[in-house]
Amino acid sequence: MIGADISTALPEILLALFSMAALLGAVYGGKDKLSGAVFWLTSGVMVVLGLWIASMPAGETTAFNGAFINDGFARFAKVVMLFASAITLMLSQDYLRRNNLFKFEFPILIALATLGMMMMVSAGDLMSLYMGLELQSLALYVVAAFRRDSLRSTEAGLKYFVLGALSSGILLYGASLIYGFTGTTSFAGIASTVHGEGLGLGMLFGLVFLCAGLAFKVSAVPFHMWTPDVYEGSPTPVTAFFATAPKVAAAGLFARVLHDAFGGATGDWIQILAFLSVTSMFLGSVAAIGQTNIKRLMAYSSIAHMGFALMGLASGTEQGVQALLIYLVIYVTMNIGVFAFILNMERDGKPVTDIYALGLYSRQEPLRAAALAALMFALAGVPPLVGFFGKFYVLKAAVDADMAWLAVAGVIASVIGAFYYLRIIYVMYFGEAKEPLDSRMPMVHYIAFMAAAAIMVVGVINLFGVEGYAATAAQALLK
Amino acid sequence: MDNLLSLVTFLPLVGALILFVVLRGEDETAQRNAKILALATTVATFLISLGILAEFDSSNPGFQLVEEYQWLAGLKYKMGVDGISVLFVMLTTFLMPIVIGACWTVNTRVKEYMILFLILETLMIAVFSALDLVLFYVVFEAGLIPMFLIVGIWGGKDRVYAAFKFFLYTFFGSVLMLVAMIAMWIDAGTTDIPTLLTHEFASDTIVVFGFQIVGGLQTLLFLAFFASFAVKLPMWPVHTWLPDAHVQAPTAGSVVLAAILLKMGGYGFLRFSLPMFPDATELLSTFVMTLSVIAIIYTSLVAMMQEDMKKLIAYSSVAHMGFVTIGIFAVNRQGIDGAIFQMLSHGFISGALFLGVGVIYDRMHTRDIDAYGGLVVRMPTYALVFMLFTMANVGLPGTSGFVGEFLTLTAAFKVNTWVAFGATSGVILSACYALWLYRRVVFGDLIKESLKTIKDMDNREKAMMAPLVVMTILLGVYPSLVLDIIGPSVAALLDQIDTVQATAGAVDLANN
Repeated sequence: MIGADISTALPEILLALFSMAALLGAVYGGKDKLSGAVFWLTSGVMVVLGLWIASMPAGETTAFNGAFINDGFARFAKVVMLFASAITLMLSQDYLRRNNLFKFEFPILIALATLGMMMMVSAGDLMSLYMGLELQSLALYVVAAFRRDSLRSTEAGLKYFVLGALSSGILLYGASLIYGFTGTTSFAGIASTVHGEGLGLGMLFGLVFLCAGLAFKVSAVPFHMWTPDVYEGSPTPVTAFFATAPKVAAAGLFARVLHDAFGGATGDWIQILAFLSVTSMFLGSVAAIGQTNIKRLMAYSSIAHMGFALMGLASGTEQGVQALLIYLVIYVTMNIGVFAFILNMERDGKPVTDIYALGLYSRQEPLRAAALAALMFALAGVPPLVGFFGKFYVLKAAVDADMAWLAVAGVIASVIGAFYYLRIIYVMYFGEAKEPLDSRMPMVHYIAFMAAAAIMVVGVINLFGVEGYAATAAQALLK
Repeated sequence: MDNLLSLVTFLPLVGALILFVVLRGEDETAQRNAKILALATTVATFLISLGILAEFDSSNPGFQLVEEYQWLAGLKYKMGVDGISVLFVMLTTFLMPIVIGACWTVNTRVKEYMILFLILETLMIAVFSALDLVLFYVVFEAGLIPMFLIVGIWGGKDRVYAAFKFFLYTFFGSVLMLVAMIAMWIDAGTTDIPTLLTHEFASDTIVVFGFQIVGGLQTLLFLAFFASFAVKLPMWPVHTWLPDAHVQAPTAGSVVLAAILLKMGGYGFLRFSLPMFPDATELLSTFVMTLSVIAIIYTSLVAMMQEDMKKLIAYSSVAHMGFVTIGIFAVNRQGIDGAIFQMLSHGFISGALFLGVGVIYDRMHTRDIDAYGGLVVRMPTYALVFMLFTMANVGLPGTSGFVGEFLTLTAAFKVNTWVAFGATSGVILSACYALWLYRRVVFGDLIKESLKTIKDMDNREKAMMAPLVVMTILLGVYPSLVLDIIGPSVAALLDQIDTVQATAGAVDLANN
């Protein structure tokens, strides 16, 4: 049996082994001398694993008594996360190098976080859920505070840690309640109890606590407080990472728990999800209006986007999960593009985060301004850019599930949100001229930035087939 | 040719791509090349689009030149035209070379300017020929992006405010429509417009959050579409973005906005609201007509008091669009014929009026009416052309403006005398403001020092105006040119509404 178990979880095991080997190797091999190699190697390993997982045959296998599930849904999320991690890792090199943060621990921490995320979306048991979640979170706390000599960065790390620990506590409490009332930690067991006896009061409490803990991880309102501060305080590459892969993992885990364990009690949790979704969309859209710091702005933007993504989950259907996955892929692509740009927002070698620093950027760099404008329109969800289709799928799922009110709330929030994305375009195209920004942009960043922008435009043709893969993944989750 | 419609739609986009990729530099030659390439593209598009007219069989009321390909999520890329839409496509391709001509005096960021107009042309043609609900939405909304940038980058002093107002108003209107479209898709199981035209949406009274909604789903869908089209058209009281956008937009932007973009609202009513939600239309037509009459009288009065020429014409546009909605919601032959005619004719007339303002703005750099006076002395040709379009705007017989107004007023009279009465008084008011504008600008003594050296229209400006003059008079004296083409489709549309309303009536009778 153990052989089958290991082969099911082989990508995770390999990534774990790789992280440890890299850690040992770098420590023995003279620490930061090997940083460059470790960075590239980690990205490479992630890409290879991503390709490998993408090419795995369809079907579901479980390991370790159902604690680990390898199904279409998990594979889809893993591929997205691995690629997102690999790309953000590549993007972060230049910044870290120039800010004297180019340490070999960074890629290893990212690899461990990614490993945690892979465990999360594959979790089939409350234990493995918590294990994955904590592995991811601990790695993230450390990278948030990666700039030890910066007050803001350490503050961000500490804030994230304290609030994250609190949310983990809430989540654990919920998990223990669920365990107490069902006598099992496995999702299948919980599902059969829910199916047999329905959702008792104790279970309901457990579910609510569990949702609260997970909502913290996806930074849904009212558990979003940490997001702007952590986004702003962390080194920019870390922010870029926060905005991409961990969001996919947390939303994926959310979908996994709700459908696998509580699939029989849809009626109970869609209300929670709908509430999280509406409040996130509105708060994210309204609060960002006052922001001029682009990192804080992106933090609120991610809150609003997570609200939209959760709308897919709130519809409680297979179509909703498909919409969620499509939304996440599009969201990650947009964010990679935008952060590839933000990483290079510098004047005289110093990072700038004020959006008004982009004044009349379109004169200085017409092509980059056009690309950023495309990404901003996509974030705002204006057709024909791909961002619109993400919204379109979740809206359709919501209306289909008879939650038209949620869809109407969503589109109203998106109009409010359009304002601040437009403001960036306004600053670039018809704002006041400012001292020009540095024009240097490393090749990797340039490619990621332009490719993301091009995807936003060209994707309108067929979304590169993501729709079909997401459909298969959603089907696997709801089977 | 099988893909004629797609060819016409995407040719401008190809031109924009060529401009984007090939052209470099900001010097005079590069600017000139950009303009010439854009002009060539739009002219070629117009010439090819004549093929649409040639292939179009005006006796066939259905959709023609249909193309269909699979797209995402069960959606389709489906294009086609019928009698209602074909002339709007033609209007767009006809006006775009003139619009590009109006850009000739621009000399900042010419390349981008041309690219945006070409993209806009593609999107506008696609709006009028899209036969898939979501495809329609995508191109309808996408038009906001180039227009936002055109107003924002090349606009006047308060362009930022105007651009944001324009974008957010219209965006808000359309997202509600998006939700309605999704609901329609789920209800009917398809986004194919020809199929949806025959689908009957439920109109039984339903209760939503404790409110009783007469007309049920149809009313809700109607209102959601109304939110979008009423803002776009625009109707009172959601018209306030238009004067701002018009005043701040560059001349070419104003022309596109007034002549084509506004027509999308009217087209939307004809394509969606009327045939798909006939019961809701019947229920709400009085409401819409009331708004239209208020729009006509109120905005005409407001127009009279304007000091800014563009603002005056913008308000007059709102008033003229009031006639369009009256015609549409009268739901009879004259009304719809008249509404379409009025939209086409307004396309020529308002376009020409904005061009006219552009001509003197280019010379004097002011739009204040007070800054002018006595232009007839130095600019006889201009005075003549401006006279023609002022008269056409008033609705003088012999110009196209008359036919549209006359038909819609006849239609209104058949339905509701008071509406006709109110609207007719608007015609008188329009004569007041238009003639007064003309008097203040063109007549009187030429006393202003600065005007003493002003030059008459040059050949480029004459060339831009000439086609519009021809069309305005041609349609004025021979309206059948348009009415013959739109006739069968309009008749089919009305037949369909009658059948649905008749069956609904029969059901009511049976229930009683």
